[in-house]
Amino acid sequence: MIDRRSFMKLAALGGGAVFASGLIGRAQAAAGKAARLSGYSDFYFVQMSDSHWGYTGPDNPNAEITLKEAVATVNNLEIQPDFIIYTGDLTHTTDDPVERRQRLREFQEIVRPLKVRDIHFIPGEHDAGLDGGAAFKEIIGPTHYSFDHKGVHFIAIDNVSQPGSTIGDPQLAWLKADLSRQAKDQPIVVITHRPLFDLVPKWDWATRDGDKAIALLMPYTNVTVFYGHIHQENHHMTGHIAHHSAKSLIFPLPAPGSQDKREALPWDPTMPYKGLGFREVEAENKASEYKIAEYPVVRR
Amino acid sequence: MARRKIIAVGAGILAALGLLLGANVAARNSTPAASQETVVKVVVQRFVFTPTEIVLRTGQPTVLEFQSLDFTHGFNIPDLKIRADLPPGQIIRVHLTPLKPGVYDFLCDNFCGAGHEQMNGKIIVKN
Ligand SMILES: [Cu+2]
Ligand SMILES: [Fe+2]
Repeated sequence: MIDRRSFMKLAALGGGAVFASGLIGRAQAAAGKAARLSGYSDFYFVQMSDSHWGYTGPDNPNAEITLKEAVATVNNLEIQPDFIIYTGDLTHTTDDPVERRQRLREFQEIVRPLKVRDIHFIPGEHDAGLDGGAAFKEIIGPTHYSFDHKGVHFIAIDNVSQPGSTIGDPQLAWLKADLSRQAKDQPIVVITHRPLFDLVPKWDWATRDGDKAIALLMPYTNVTVFYGHIHQENHHMTGHIAHHSAKSLIFPLPAPGSQDKREALPWDPTMPYKGLGFREVEAENKASEYKIAEYPVVRR
Repeated sequence: MARRKIIAVGAGILAALGLLLGANVAARNSTPAASQETVVKVVVQRFVFTPTEIVLRTGQPTVLEFQSLDFTHGFNIPDLKIRADLPPGQIIRVHLTPLKPGVYDFLCDNFCGAGHEQMNGKIIVKN
């Protein structure tokens, strides 16, 4: 759990900054403020998620412009991130393969003005669940991969394109091989769409074989997971591994298990985009920690 | 899983799934309903189980007979760790005997399209 004093200090940095590591380093709070004021000796990235392009309905009457506004807000960040991770459900599902490709292409056009050109996309089940990821791979790119950035190893796990929203044994074997090349204390960030742990299984907020991925990650002492799917911020620990879900860019969903049905929270015309947004994640490499700052769709 | 002795095993042989919680999941021809079992037919299609609410009696051996019309939906009762794939063109049988009254949520856990998130129901067990 987060020690309350460091949480308060970090929260005081402004805008709901949240200390978000599974590991509590020593120098973190002091270093955090200094780093923020003087620019980063380390780096930060932005997480965007769940824009469901193509959705129309009462849960977001501004669906046509929400993602565009978020793109403009990211472009206006004072310091541009090193890169962006986009954790799935770029588009809203459709049974029509032609329409699916159309939505993915329109999505691509909307995010094209982002100043940051280094964007790592992964699919959600809305993008990839009905065709095994075919359209996504064709238009956006691979559904699982890894890369390194300034000393942090990033692993993108696809838990949506196999039937039943599983990771599947072939990808788990790939994950095992990828991890085998890492030192046990290597800072590792996993990005994925669905929670790897059982958050609310009756709402389909789980990954059927997610426990296998967590078991493979467990021997590594410095692992943090960023995911989407649940359309709200949530912070959860499985052992020493921290899991952070992101807000959506279309409609918010109720708190985990807080009501019988998993229905979208109603649009509030007095507060458009309430509960929506993206986040900054600041990686302080040496202290092995991440700070999260939540942003609304539009900053006023 | 023995911590929850809520549902006990019905007749059947497919032990792999049955062991855990006491449900047996068997495809057509392998385990027909035994004579003393109550049969509940459930029609499955995007994005609804019919009936959506299934009322069962404690102690009554029951078989749920699923017939999917359009897609390999999933049937999952997370609290009981019972799940099955429901391919179209087959009758899938889930054998169970409810032991404890209560309401158990189930859902389709194979993403099936635009109404997937609303595709769920309840098993209501009464004395
Ligand atoms: Cu379904
Ligand atoms: Fe989503």
